Amino acid sequence: MYTQALNTSDADDRNVEDAARAAAFQARIDADERIEPNDSMPAAYRKTLTRQISQHAHSEIVGMLPEGNWITRAPTLRRKAALLAKVQDECGHGLYLYAAAETLGTSREELVDAMLAGKAKYSSIFNYPTLTWADIGTIGWLVDGAAIMNQIPLCRCSYGPYARAMIRVCKEESFHQRQGFEIMLTLCRGTDEQKAMAQDALNRWWWPVLMMFGPPDKASQHSDTSTKWKIKRFSNDELRQKFIDATVPQAQFLGLTIPDPEMKQDEAGHWLPGPIDWDEFKQVLSGNGPCNRDRLAARRKAHDEGAWVREAAAAYAAKRKRRQFAQAAE
Amino acid sequence: MAVANIQISETPLVLYTLRRADDALILGHRLSEWCGHAPTLEEDMALANMGLDLLGQARELYAYAAKVEGKDNDEDKFAYLRDVRQYRNLLLVEQPNGDFARTMVRQFLYAVFADLYWRAMMQSKDATLAAIAAKSEKESAYHVRHALEWIIRLGDGTEESHRRAQTAIDDLWSFTGEMFAVDDSERGLIDAGIAVDPAPLQPQWLKTITTVVNEATLGLPASNWMQQGGRSGRHSEHLGHLLSELQSLQRTFPGATW
Repeated sequence: MYTQALNTSDADDRNVEDAARAAAFQARIDADERIEPNDSMPAAYRKTLTRQISQHAHSEIVGMLPEGNWITRAPTLRRKAALLAKVQDECGHGLYLYAAAETLGTSREELVDAMLAGKAKYSSIFNYPTLTWADIGTIGWLVDGAAIMNQIPLCRCSYGPYARAMIRVCKEESFHQRQGFEIMLTLCRGTDEQKAMAQDALNRWWWPVLMMFGPPDKASQHSDTSTKWKIKRFSNDELRQKFIDATVPQAQFLGLTIPDPEMKQDEAGHWLPGPIDWDEFKQVLSGNGPCNRDRLAARRKAHDEGAWVREAAAAYAAKRKRRQFAQAAE
Repeated sequence: MAVANIQISETPLVLYTLRRADDALILGHRLSEWCGHAPTLEEDMALANMGLDLLGQARELYAYAAKVEGKDNDEDKFAYLRDVRQYRNLLLVEQPNGDFARTMVRQFLYAVFADLYWRAMMQSKDATLAAIAAKSEKESAYHVRHALEWIIRLGDGTEESHRRAQTAIDDLWSFTGEMFAVDDSERGLIDAGIAVDPAPLQPQWLKTITTVVNEATLGLPASNWMQQGGRSGRHSEHLGHLLSELQSLQRTFPGATW
C-alpha cells in the first residue's frame, strides 16, 4: 500500500529487548490497549512504525504531483475547485502523518531528507503518469478506494497517534473516492471519446492499483510482526481481494471492462484476478517506474527552491526574538 | 477542431462583474500552480486555500454576470470560451508566479487593494454584489495578513530574500495603477451607487503598502509610470499561455459535459 517498502527484513536492526518488558508490551497489545508516544515500546516497534507512518506521509506528498498535474487543466470551475481542494487535503494528510511520525522521535526534516535522498520509499502507484482527465477520476475511484481498504483497519492500529490520524484521513479519502467515481460516471455517460478515455484510464491503472496492496502473502516478509503488534490486521491478499470484490460491480455499473480476461468469479462470489506482473512491481519499487525520476526531481526542486524562503523565515524569527530580548532588557 | 468564443453583451454591469470575476479566477489559477511545489507544506496548504477562496469568488461573480446578462452563458462559458482579448482582469494578477517573493508581492499588492475594495462594495445598492463582497472581504482580510507577514519576513530576513522581495516590488509596481483606474462604463455605475469608486481607496492602500514595505526594510520604486490595458483586453503575453492551459479540454472536446 502506501508503505510497501516495509516488505523487507529488518531483523538486523532488531535490538534484543528485555524479555519481561517485551512480554508486558505484548500483553498490552493483546488486551487491545493503545500505545501512546511516551509509553515504553520495543525499539523494533518504534522503528517499524516510524517507517510505516513516514512512508505513508511521503506517499501523500508525492501523491500530490500526479493529480496536481491536472489542476490547471481541470475542465470546469467546479472540477477545478474540487481537485485543488482534494490535493490540498493530501498535503494536510502528509503534514498530519509527519506529526504522528514525529511523536516517535524522528523529526520531519530527517524524514523528508531520507525521502529526497531516495532512501525512504513512497507508494509505487504515484510513479505512473496522469495522461488524461479520466486519470483524475480513476485515481479518486481506484487509488483512493484502495487506500481506504488499507486504512480503515489502520484506524484500529495499536499506536494511538497513527490510529487517530487514520480516522480523519479515512473520512476525507472516502469523500475523494466518491468524487472520483462521479467523474468516471460523468465520462461514461458522456461522448464516445469520453467513454474511451475512461476505459483507457482503467486499462492503465487497474494492475498498478492491485499492486498497491503489496506482494502476495507468501512473499511478504514483514507481516508477521506487524500482525502480532496489531499494526496490520489483514494480509495483503485479503485486502486486495476485498478491494477487487468491491470494485468489479462498480466497473460494471459504469459500463467499463476490467482489463483482465482471466478474471473469474468463484462459487463464493469472489472475483479472482489473473496473474499479477510482480516483476513490474519490483521494477517500479526499485526506481524504474515511468515517473520515479520525475517525482523525486519535482520534490527536490520544490525543496531546493524553497530553501531561501525557509532560511529567511528562520532568520527573521531569530532577529525578532533578539529584538524582543533587547527591548525587555531596556 | 476549434470551438468558437462566446459572444457577450457587455452592458456596464456585466462588464463590471466580469472584470472582478476575471481578477479572482486568474489570480486563483496562478496560486493553484503552486500546489505541490511550495517552499513548505504549510505554505502549500495556505496557497491552495487562497486559490480556492479566489476561485469561489470568481464562480459567484460569473454566475451573477450570467444572470444579469440573461443569455445562454454560464460560469464555465465565461471561463473557458473567451480568448485573451475578451478577458478583463488586471495585468497584475496574470503576471507569472516567478519565485516565492514575486508571488507574495503580487498577492500583497492585490490583497490590500481587494480588501479595501470588497469592504467598500459591501455598501453597494446591488444586493448581490454587496453579499458577494461581504463574503469575499472575510477572505481577503486573511490574504492581507498572510501576505504582509511574508513581505516583512522576506524583506527583513536574509540578504537573498531581501533582494528577491525588492526585485519583485520593482518589477510589479507598474501594474498597480490599473487597480484605481475608472472608465466611462464604470463611472455610470459608481454614480448609481452600484460600483465602487476605487480612487478614494488609493491613499489608504498606499499607506498600508508603505507601512509594511518600510517595516520590511524594503523600498518603493521612484517611477510612477503605470501600465494599463487589462480591463479592455489588452494583456501581457502571459495570459494567452495561462488560458491555453486552462481551456485545453473545453477547446479540444466541444460541447462535452465534464
